[in-house]
Amino acid sequence: MKRTSAPTVPPEEAPDGEPLLVVDDLHVEFVTRQGVVKAVNGVSYSLNPGETLAVLGESGSGKSVTAQAIMGILDSPPARVPRGEIRFWGTNLLALPEEARTRVRGRRIAMIFQDALSALNPVFTVGDQIGEMFRVHRGASRRDATKKAIELMDRVRIPAARQRVHDYPHQFSGGMRQRIMIAMSIALDPQVLIADEPTTALDVTVQAQIMELLGELRRESEMGLILITHDLGVVADVADKIAVMYGGRIVENALVHDIYRRPAHPYTKGLLASIPRVDQKGRELYAIKGMPPNLLDMPTGCAFHPRCSYRQDDCVVEAPPLYEIGPTRAGACHHWREVLDGSRG
Amino acid sequence: MSDTLVPAGGKTGRPKHGKPRRGTRRAKAPKDASLWGDAWYDLRRRPLFVGASFLITVLVVMAVFPSLFTSVNPFDARSCELADARLGMSEAHWFGTDNLGCDIYARTVHGARNSIVVGLATTVVTALVGGLLGLFAGFRGGALDTLLSRITEIFFAIPSILGALLILAVFRTGNVWTVMLALAVLTWPMTYRIMRAAVITAKNQDYVLAARALGASAWRIMFRHILPNAIASVIVVATINLGYFIAAEAGLSFLGVGLRSPDISWGLMISDARERFLEAPWALLFPALFLSLTVLAFIMLGDAVRDALDPKLR
Repeated sequence: MKRTSAPTVPPEEAPDGEPLLVVDDLHVEFVTRQGVVKAVNGVSYSLNPGETLAVLGESGSGKSVTAQAIMGILDSPPARVPRGEIRFWGTNLLALPEEARTRVRGRRIAMIFQDALSALNPVFTVGDQIGEMFRVHRGASRRDATKKAIELMDRVRIPAARQRVHDYPHQFSGGMRQRIMIAMSIALDPQVLIADEPTTALDVTVQAQIMELLGELRRESEMGLILITHDLGVVADVADKIAVMYGGRIVENALVHDIYRRPAHPYTKGLLASIPRVDQKGRELYAIKGMPPNLLDMPTGCAFHPRCSYRQDDCVVEAPPLYEIGPTRAGACHHWREVLDGSRG
Repeated sequence: MSDTLVPAGGKTGRPKHGKPRRGTRRAKAPKDASLWGDAWYDLRRRPLFVGASFLITVLVVMAVFPSLFTSVNPFDARSCELADARLGMSEAHWFGTDNLGCDIYARTVHGARNSIVVGLATTVVTALVGGLLGLFAGFRGGALDTLLSRITEIFFAIPSILGALLILAVFRTGNVWTVMLALAVLTWPMTYRIMRAAVITAKNQDYVLAARALGASAWRIMFRHILPNAIASVIVVATINLGYFIAAEAGLSFLGVGLRSPDISWGLMISDARERFLEAPWALLFPALFLSLTVLAFIMLGDAVRDALDPKLR
């Protein structure tokens, strides 16, 4: 990379033909006493403005680590990124100096977390915390910041925002806290919003409201939304495309309806089969056999082979590449045709 | 207040000024729900806190305006009459007189200032030095943390009375500031440790990660997000330590390396009175009583503050 041409901040306008955000062959590892944990092994995905990408996977699949790498909030050490690029409108964020990355966080890419109570500072009022975004990044006065905070609280539909702006996080319910977190994250109109399990800690009715809110905000502002979840049911209505992760890799990448109709990877298939359904009441719920892989001691070949019902000899030896299955989908399974046809399993 | 109708569907809160209050908070809850507002609400209802604050207020007024309590100026040699040495309690000398015929009540009142100044100054210096170093070490971690933590361990290995004796012996002069310095040098590691531990706990909270994800700088995270969440335990320890510092000053003065005559210190007065204790016990007992009450008041205050700030520790 030439020193002179390296931009310090991603451009404001989209360069021609560049997706909004591209994760390209990202590797993340953690150096621990037990050895090097390879949490993310060559993940690639892309996001366009106004699009919702759901990243799906169980705990330890690397979905959150990928998101934290995009934000640049991994603690390093122990984390390191030996390979890969994260391009925001063509600018590789990983090559930016820390100071420039701080300017990207919050303004261009923002993130919300699973547990909004612990993600809000208990000693400040919610108005302070939302307003802080304007005070830090825009140099707004305290009075203006509070006014903006009220506007944002209205925008995320917190009732009686004017009265509640001076309340503390513990005085709100779980769903309202997540709304406050969302208000903080959209304060500066970021182009990408990463939501890391935003509804996991909430009950089902509130989950739906929060998902609806995120969907609306995305439509209004044309921002790209990355939705990290382990819950297939949550993403069905909101997401445009889905990336399924397993053992630090993407095992399937497709438009949402393709995945639901005909999964091309045995793991996706297992996930779909384990959603409780009303029409199957009384029958035992399907569960994928076995345990998620140990990241310190990954299985040979395909990481999923010890749990896979489609396993053949080649799966144990050779890790499957991401096969192109159609123009908009790819799957990392040697035997994707059989999986797609549903002939076994 | 006239009987106003509470609107149907009624709020349980008692309406103020005839109007129902907005919001859903209970009428009894504190108005300010912040940690400090809550703690203040809690403290005002604690007899321990009220008692301790009363004692401390009296002592502080005594330290700032001793002339409010006594018209005798014990620094004036003419106020002492050798012929009146070791008089008992009387109307003229409430607490009696000492070996040199000086009024013990006046000396005890004037002794409050040095005790409070040493206690406060040492507390402020240790809280600043230990607190800031602890904040940096806990936040940055790594080599800085390792280095500072090893240094504090060296200090923990020094017996504090011996250490203070040594430091004051090196200074050769004993006054409020050298005593303060000797105590601060030996005790800042305690504050450092507490701050460091609290910062490490706060640092790993999600709100710090969230603040980073929303673009807060390292300084901002340290001082705005971590410090307010970590400072409570330091405040509690500082309050309790204030009492210990006052006791330590008296101890050092008693041993002859702290404050020295003509400075007035309770420790010094106790020391002066000890040889004639059986003859004139009041000369020792009154300064000792004031000393104990002062130390007790600050320890009680610290306890009350701790209970209010962290109900889990109770």
